Amino acid sequence: MTTATQATPMTRLFASTEGRLALITLVVFVLMSALSPDKFLSLQNFTSMAFQFPEFAILALAMTLTMLTGGIDLSVVGIANLSAIVAAMILTQVTGSGDGVAVLMMAYAAALAVGLVAGLFNGVLVATLGLPPILATLGSGLIFTGIAIALTGGSAMMGFPPATAWIGNATLLGIPAPLVLFAALAFAMSLLLTRTAFGVKVRMYGANPLAARFAAINIDAMLIKVYVISGALGAIAGMVVMSRANSAKADYGSSYLLLAVLIAVLGGVNPYGGYGRVIGVVLAVLSMQFLSSGLNMIGVSNFARELIWGSLLIFVMIVNTWRAKGRRS
Amino acid sequence: MKIDWTRNETLVALVIAAFCLAAAIADPGFLSIATLTDLLRGGIVLGIFAVAALIVLISGGIDVSFTAIAAFTMYVTAMVLNAALPWLPWWAALGFGMAIGACLGAINGVLIAGFGLPTLIVTLGTLSIFRGFMLTFIGQKQITTLPPGMREFGRMMLVRGENADGSFYSLHGAFAVTVLVIILTWAILHRTMLGRQIFAIGGSVESARRIGIKVRGVQFFVYVYVGILAGLAGVIHASMARVANPFDLVGLELSVIAAVVLGGARLAGGHGTLTGTVLGVALIVLVRNSLIVLGIPSTWQSVAIGILILIGTGLPAWQAKRAAARSA
Repeated sequence: MTTATQATPMTRLFASTEGRLALITLVVFVLMSALSPDKFLSLQNFTSMAFQFPEFAILALAMTLTMLTGGIDLSVVGIANLSAIVAAMILTQVTGSGDGVAVLMMAYAAALAVGLVAGLFNGVLVATLGLPPILATLGSGLIFTGIAIALTGGSAMMGFPPATAWIGNATLLGIPAPLVLFAALAFAMSLLLTRTAFGVKVRMYGANPLAARFAAINIDAMLIKVYVISGALGAIAGMVVMSRANSAKADYGSSYLLLAVLIAVLGGVNPYGGYGRVIGVVLAVLSMQFLSSGLNMIGVSNFARELIWGSLLIFVMIVNTWRAKGRRS
Repeated sequence: MKIDWTRNETLVALVIAAFCLAAAIADPGFLSIATLTDLLRGGIVLGIFAVAALIVLISGGIDVSFTAIAAFTMYVTAMVLNAALPWLPWWAALGFGMAIGACLGAINGVLIAGFGLPTLIVTLGTLSIFRGFMLTFIGQKQITTLPPGMREFGRMMLVRGENADGSFYSLHGAFAVTVLVIILTWAILHRTMLGRQIFAIGGSVESARRIGIKVRGVQFFVYVYVGILAGLAGVIHASMARVANPFDLVGLELSVIAAVVLGGARLAGGHGTLTGTVLGVALIVLVRNSLIVLGIPSTWQSVAIGILILIGTGLPAWQAKRAAARSA
């Protein structure tokens, strides 16, 4: 590559993973707008998209954080469902006065506690006992899902006080509440990764674990924190799912696991650790949602979405490695 | 013979023995031919999947798409044979499935060996692609009338008999296919140059390349072989279930990989044995089928499997960590 081409802003945009992804998102948006302008570009569509994506986008944030350390968290969906079921048990069995806000707060606190404890469990397995993250979280995910099944017998739990619906269905100054929640979490995650010592440690460990050890980073403590945060994000996603579905069940969102991995990788997060930016993940979520809503409108089935997501993932990976090889030679 | 207590195989064998002992004490009827044939039947498709997962793990990769390949293959095989080739005998039906599986595996092979993409990402992508393609363009309805070849295979039994109490037991003919797959894979891994090369790549790709191994060719073979085994398992699954349900099988992939890892294969590559794999599958099937005998309700099944995975992988990891701490 010559220096002359590198200097133009266009090529610089293509040189970064996020730049290319922004372009893909834009292309998808324009394409979908062109295919069904009256439906896709309607306010109603944007509102419904903003309600749909936050639940798996939050899971993708958890995946991003664990992937930055070179790990993965396959138990996030299990954590989401287990915490939703614990919250649902409180909501259905403790009767509060009025609209049930007090009981709801209690349920949220319990769900978050479940998420934190589950995350701590993962962290101890990975950091203290030294299990490979993919196996540790696969095993713990089965355990969390299993406990959720055992608690409910596998059936859905319903009948919540009206306040439960707020977090998944209400709007805040016209903006859907789940979107506000996701934006806040994404912003916090971005700050955590780029502006704190913890974020630097996470990325350093992911890039080179040995160098991180020699730099006297307390790796065990760092890894435990990573999985605890991931567990908490899982619990938050579980609350959004519970509110939108107005029920809790042990096998909700099972397709979200691979979707969360897919979004993180599409967003440019290196699954072997060390590199990843929240903005990339946000762009990946948006392009996925534009694609699925747009395809939905022109009458393409849900299964075709799966096909297109997979193709998009492989396409982006091929382009990324192509670029990397071109730069080396 | 000296028993190596640090090996996963020993640990898994002990857990299996303890499980059977406890089950036999809880219910003396557990030790019967009917239980044995049920367990063997449960291990037929899982066993073939596990062998496929093992060979990928040994080569240093991971494949999560094999269940989608199996579902795709069984559905397309049933459909094509019904529509165009109803006269195909059962062995040709299996061969047809293996050919489709090989083609799908070759797609993984091209992306991994040709483009050099990470195995987890590629197979995650192709899992969605194969499944999405099948459900969008081929069909979503169950095929309840299987082609004659598959029906014939579905009725084939190796052993059939009646217990003293009048209940029947039988061992399906597909069990022989699983045994053949295990023997063939053992021969490839331990009696051919190709097998040595698969181990070598799993140990270190760079070293393998420097001693002159054609890494891409070997990787391509591995993914095509996995495709063939997955296709075979798919057709067997449909024949035994007597229905081709496109929503079957997908979702099993992580449990299969877990069974293989329980048996001592390492995610980092270069390690793994067929003995361990068979034991790992046996343990998972035992837990799935017989947990109820121990008085544990079946709702606790996935908790039990999760705990087994954590113990099975945790003990060696912890030992390795302690050993590393001692030597440091």
